[in-house]
Amino acid sequence: MSQAADGSRDLTLTGVTKEYADFTAVKSLDLTVPQGEFFALLGPSGCGKTTTLRMVAGLDTPTTGSITLGDLDITYAKPYQRPVNTVFQNYALFPHLTIFENVAFGLRRKGVKNVAQPVEAMLELVELTSQARKKPTQLSGGQQQRVALARALINQPEVLLLDEPLGALDLKLRRAMQTELKRIQSEVGLTFVHVTHDQEEAMGMADTIAVMNAGVIEQMGSPVELYDNPRTAFVANFLGRSSLMAATVKEVTSEYVKANMHGTVVSIPIERAHVREGSAWVGIRPEKVLIAAAGTPIDAPGNHIEGGIVTDVNYVGVSTEYLVRMPWGQEIGAFAQNTGHQDILPVGSQVDLSWRPEFAFLLDSDEDPNAGKEEQA
Amino acid sequence: MSDVVAPRRRGPSVAAWLLLPGAIWLALFFVVPFYSLVATSLFDPNGSVLSGYEVTWHFANFSDALRDHWRPLVRSLVYAGIATSFCLVLGYLLAYAIAFKAGRWKTLLLVMVIAPFFTSFLVRTLSWKLILADNGWVVDALQAVHVLGPEDRLLATPVAVIAGLTYNFLPFMVLPLYASLEKIDLRLIEAAQDLHANPFVAFFKVTWPLSLPGVAAGTMLTFIPAAGDYINAQLLGSPNERMIGNIIQNLFTTTGDYAAAGALSVILMALILVLIMTWVRKAGAEDLV
Ligand SMILES: Nc1ncnc2c1ncn2[C@@H]1O[C@H](COP(=O)(O)OP(=O)(O)O)[C@@H](O)[C@H]1O
Ligand SMILES: [Mg+2]
Repeated sequence: MSQAADGSRDLTLTGVTKEYADFTAVKSLDLTVPQGEFFALLGPSGCGKTTTLRMVAGLDTPTTGSITLGDLDITYAKPYQRPVNTVFQNYALFPHLTIFENVAFGLRRKGVKNVAQPVEAMLELVELTSQARKKPTQLSGGQQQRVALARALINQPEVLLLDEPLGALDLKLRRAMQTELKRIQSEVGLTFVHVTHDQEEAMGMADTIAVMNAGVIEQMGSPVELYDNPRTAFVANFLGRSSLMAATVKEVTSEYVKANMHGTVVSIPIERAHVREGSAWVGIRPEKVLIAAAGTPIDAPGNHIEGGIVTDVNYVGVSTEYLVRMPWGQEIGAFAQNTGHQDILPVGSQVDLSWRPEFAFLLDSDEDPNAGKEEQA
Repeated sequence: MSDVVAPRRRGPSVAAWLLLPGAIWLALFFVVPFYSLVATSLFDPNGSVLSGYEVTWHFANFSDALRDHWRPLVRSLVYAGIATSFCLVLGYLLAYAIAFKAGRWKTLLLVMVIAPFFTSFLVRTLSWKLILADNGWVVDALQAVHVLGPEDRLLATPVAVIAGLTYNFLPFMVLPLYASLEKIDLRLIEAAQDLHANPFVAFFKVTWPLSLPGVAAGTMLTFIPAAGDYINAQLLGSPNERMIGNIIQNLFTTTGDYAAAGALSVILMALILVLIMTWVRKAGAEDLV
């Protein structure tokens, strides 16, 4: 197999489109997954994640576009000839074979002579040594999941594809398996492409996340980048929560964009402002919003908005989640850490809100401010 | 599934009542005829329609029957075995194509598989007699391309009998095979390919083993009636192709030798049972037995 000029074996999708008879599932997708990364493809159900993975695995062929591994074009390579393996959404374990034989399947196909040793090592890695002689139906969901992982991993693929591998597990097991998967990935050092619709899962595990919506990549970056500096309303709403407030750009300096938001001028750092003129949405995450009874000083200098009224209080232990109606009628979320310094404000309280300018972001007014809200898991 | 809570027991009487119709059915249509057949096989061989028959526990009926009729008995098993093999190959290709490749033609093709049942077994076999006749077009064509010599014939040969058996019992092979193949999750075949099995290997490592219950059921449903059949040998064969069914029929209806006929029937039944059990074990589908 050939190496790219710089020796890397990045997985690259270029202009990949998949059309079905009456439906375009994936639209001109461009994506680069650096070698050895834990990469998450995050998006709501039906956005084309599985279709994308199937094209990388070779189980579907793109209508147009190309897929390369390093400088090796695999767009039309047969699935059994690619250095790519998949952990399927439903596991797809072979019901007629034992766990041992399920895991050995790929090695035997590649003509490996002595499979016992690598299979046992792999079963140990996923802690299933004692289950080797059982059939898949005799295992629990979590165990089946680990067999599916072991069966793919043992082939040491250049890219391991995982299609919602934890989707069928209950919450507790899912969290445990997330840690486990992350550990295994750093141990084996392979490129993982992990598909999920669970944003917490993606953020907790991935080095890089690509947020996908309706067949296109909305934004790609590290979890911190995506969370702090979303470029689209869909990303702002699907990844965590955001309040988006209508505003008009007034002034652009070298460091800030200043916008008039219902009479208050707020500043947004220039690198987080994705509009330079005209109308826009000012976005802020609820945990970045400080709240205090009207007139009391808020201990953060920044954008200061008065005249809010608390309409909902949700005490969740570590924090209190407020909903505040602003003078212009919009309700804005504000989460206060329960540090003990502040009393809980009852519904109906007159409050002021404030946030540090560096936490806000500015989106194009063409964006639908509700995009991604319903899809959120 | 182990974690499903068993429904509350309703007491034995309900179960007993539910079993009753089945038990009556079995008693009337299996136990009674079976008893009568075994009894017949132990008749005094000197009995006749005129002098009457009597159960004399004459076990020599079995050895006598084997001595006199072992050739047609072996021939039956061989013909049935060959016909079943042909049915398996043809039926598997057909069932595979219907299950995986037919798309929207699936239902139509299935109807076509069972369509021959709309006419009688006898009529269908008779029409093969016309098709394979010495002056029919099949023989003419085969003679023209020198597959058959000018004096060779198809009718009254083992070829015709085995072809007839294959034709007549093919649907019994196709239907269970189809049922078994249709159930296979296509994602398993994709998983095999993802794990470096080319389509050929994926078939032998995944599709074939998962279809074994259908193979076992299909071979049973084909082999058993084929081994006992006498219509095909009678209409398409000559006395040289006589099968055990022909002998039994002749002994019962012409010779009136009920004891020998009964003994042969029991022997055939026992042989089939042993062969089938061995085969099914081998096919790894014990849950069918
Ligand atoms: N074979 C197909 N024919 C037509 N439409 C399909 C086919 N496969 C998938 N789709 C459609 O493509 C879209 C994306 O599907 P999928 O990639 O499975 O989504 P996801 O995995 O993100 O939930 C869905 O709307 C689905 O209905
Ligand atoms: Mg999917």
